[in-house]
Amino acid sequence: MILLSVGTQLPFDRLVRAVDDWALVHPRIEVIAQIGPSTYRPHTLKAFAFLDQGAFLDLQKRADLHISHAGMGSILTAMEYGKPIIVMPRDFGRGEHRNGHQAATARRFADTPGVHVAADVGALTDRLSQFRNLSRPSGITAHASPAFTDRLRAYLDSTRSGRE
Amino acid sequence: MADRVLLVASAGGHWVQLARLVPAFEGMDVKFVTTVAGGRAPMGRRSVAVVWDASQSSPWRLPPMMAQMMVVLIRFRPDIIVTTGAAPGVVALWLGKILLGARTVWIDSVANSEKVSLSARLVEGKADLRLTQWAHLADAAKGIDYFGAVL
Repeated sequence: MILLSVGTQLPFDRLVRAVDDWALVHPRIEVIAQIGPSTYRPHTLKAFAFLDQGAFLDLQKRADLHISHAGMGSILTAMEYGKPIIVMPRDFGRGEHRNGHQAATARRFADTPGVHVAADVGALTDRLSQFRNLSRPSGITAHASPAFTDRLRAYLDSTRSGRE
Repeated sequence: MADRVLLVASAGGHWVQLARLVPAFEGMDVKFVTTVAGGRAPMGRRSVAVVWDASQSSPWRLPPMMAQMMVVLIRFRPDIIVTTGAAPGVVALWLGKILLGARTVWIDSVANSEKVSLSARLVEGKADLRLTQWAHLADAAKGIDYFGAVL
């Protein structure tokens, strides 16, 4: 099963349409999609505007491949679960986001094993044509490094005002 | 008594990043707030509170969300509020600082690698500590610190 997700806040018709077109010619592959407020109505995808958090997490665990906008939630979760992920960044120039941070995220993860960046629909289709051979992320732990969380905790403890 | 900590993140990337930080709150009395129902708290026994999301694209959702956040704050009375964003975090820090004098921390999303977010700028003066997850964006003059990143 392939999972497509575009986040909850903004439409991403360009990605939804591209995956829908691909799914139309690959009818034996199940594709479940969380399309948010996208206005394009998929013909072949099993599409939901929104999924509750538990259902979405379950789909992320079940998926053989995740296709996503360049959102950190999808990328971090795919890395944690060791699932290959194709990310296509929203384009600020096309009005697909409020700023260009997804392009920066895509650049940041361009060399990360298992995170397959597709700059545009052409690159996405290329990635999809070999989707069974896409590498997996090596898997990250569920938590940030103790160096970060310990320092945050030390800060919080330092701001206590001696009340017990 | 253990500190009461309100942990706020809108659903998606902000939430995933907050969940990666929970070892920092071990032993504290934590309550989570997010924007999509059906989530499980990554730690603690309290239920996850749900408020509306809002953004620059949907500013009309802000007043109801502020009212919802107010209810959460008054019921839980946190000593500390930590947020990874976005809009609900801004609201929580403003209300929590003004109403409760809570100790407040803003952690900017790792997605903001080229400059800190608009939200991070909006909580200047309301967040006691503002963290970027990118060392090159730390700026003592602007009060932006760097402690590390969620990955």
